[in-house]
Amino acid sequence: MEETLALLAEYGSDAKLLAGGQSLMPLINMRLARPAVLIDLNRVHALDYIKDENGTIRIGALTRQRTAERSPVVAAHVPLLAEALRWVGHPQIRNRGTIGGSLAHADPAAELPAVAAALDASFIVARHGRGTTTPRVLSPQQFFVSYLATALEPTEILTEVRFPPLWRDGGWAFVEVSRRHGDFALVGVAAVLRLDREQRCRDVRLAFIGVGPTPVRMPEAESFVGGRTLDEGVLAEIWRLVSDRLQPESDIHASADYRRHVGGALARRALQTAASRAKGAS
Amino acid sequence: MTPARRARGKPGTRRGRNVSVRRIGARKVATPKPVAEQAVALNVNGKRYVVTVPVRRTLADVLREDLGLTGTHLGCEHGVCGACTILLDGQAVRSCLLLGVQADGHALMTVEGLSNGERLHPIQEAFWDAHGLQCGFCTPGFLMTISAFLKETPDPSEEEIREAIAGNLCRCTGYVNIIKAVQLAAARLRLPTV
Repeated sequence: MEETLALLAEYGSDAKLLAGGQSLMPLINMRLARPAVLIDLNRVHALDYIKDENGTIRIGALTRQRTAERSPVVAAHVPLLAEALRWVGHPQIRNRGTIGGSLAHADPAAELPAVAAALDASFIVARHGRGTTTPRVLSPQQFFVSYLATALEPTEILTEVRFPPLWRDGGWAFVEVSRRHGDFALVGVAAVLRLDREQRCRDVRLAFIGVGPTPVRMPEAESFVGGRTLDEGVLAEIWRLVSDRLQPESDIHASADYRRHVGGALARRALQTAASRAKGAS
Repeated sequence: MTPARRARGKPGTRRGRNVSVRRIGARKVATPKPVAEQAVALNVNGKRYVVTVPVRRTLADVLREDLGLTGTHLGCEHGVCGACTILLDGQAVRSCLLLGVQADGHALMTVEGLSNGERLHPIQEAFWDAHGLQCGFCTPGFLMTISAFLKETPDPSEEEIREAIAGNLCRCTGYVNIIKAVQLAAARLRLPTV
């Protein structure tokens, strides 16, 4: 780890960190990226762990996606992550792809940034000299800056992601629409919530992918659902509200209108599923 | 690259590496210098190979160009088509998205390692019997994906098979016969070996 940080300090913006390689290697193979120095992280085993620390789940950046997907700790405490991972590429991709690599790559259509945004994960960032003892800690809003851009400086490395525990009675859901299973999402939604005794939603969080340069939280929709029971009227209103507020762009894969429409439908579906899984549900 | 430079890196060790010492504050940290070539020891299909390769050469190219194992095919070279799938420590991975030097010290299996001499592996036999291939270009990748899959899931449902092969593209068969081949192979592999 110290060697990696020293190398980054030495080569800075000339260097790229190579984790699972499932995004960087295609860019290199297609000659879209030609980093002068490649720093291979795959033997930095200190970054490969899943720890439960008083309910907060700490996942080392180099943890393979497949490992997290199959981890009983993740299944028990961050079920939203386990569910979203099944949408990431294919098993061959997840066998190599890492949790930290996907987040640091910050593809706006990738699944993991939505999970981090919905759960308000913390990003632990180290740099040579500052070391791992006094890291920088960033929120999803601070970490994701734009398309494929994060707040990481050229000499910094994402070492860990911390997921606060989902409430014991909480519900969750991750849903997406892509052209084929394993493709990047056209639109995806991560939802978490709780239900009170009267089956009203509490602590609702919605994070969308594929509809902007970074994962998009939607406070208007979250506060609209808060305190309400998910009856047909409320669900219809959610669809309308989300479709109105999303501001996606058109691209070769889907038009902005289509993404708005699907985003609303997915938000409705994700909330329904999350509510059905919440422990307060009868 | 001179022969002297070439001999410097020893596979599997850090001793021979070109190292510079950097002083940061009171501490000294040794950092390796970037290299363009490196010697690697690869274990492929149970056989050990020691080769010196450019560090940016993909594992797929090392297998094909340096080791002559051309059964691993390259379709898209960016991780979409699955033709280059091999096993790394038993797990199916895209060999076009790994560098050759990253495989140092790992156990690899390519399609050449499936058959026992002239005798086809049960999955290969099932592909033959169920007409699971036409042009055959994608087949090595399918075979390796399926061999890892059936080890973990010996009695898969059709749904599970479809998901397992979703990361491999075939442009001839329409997948129907490939699914039949997987079912046939799974049934045969579940029989007690005689």
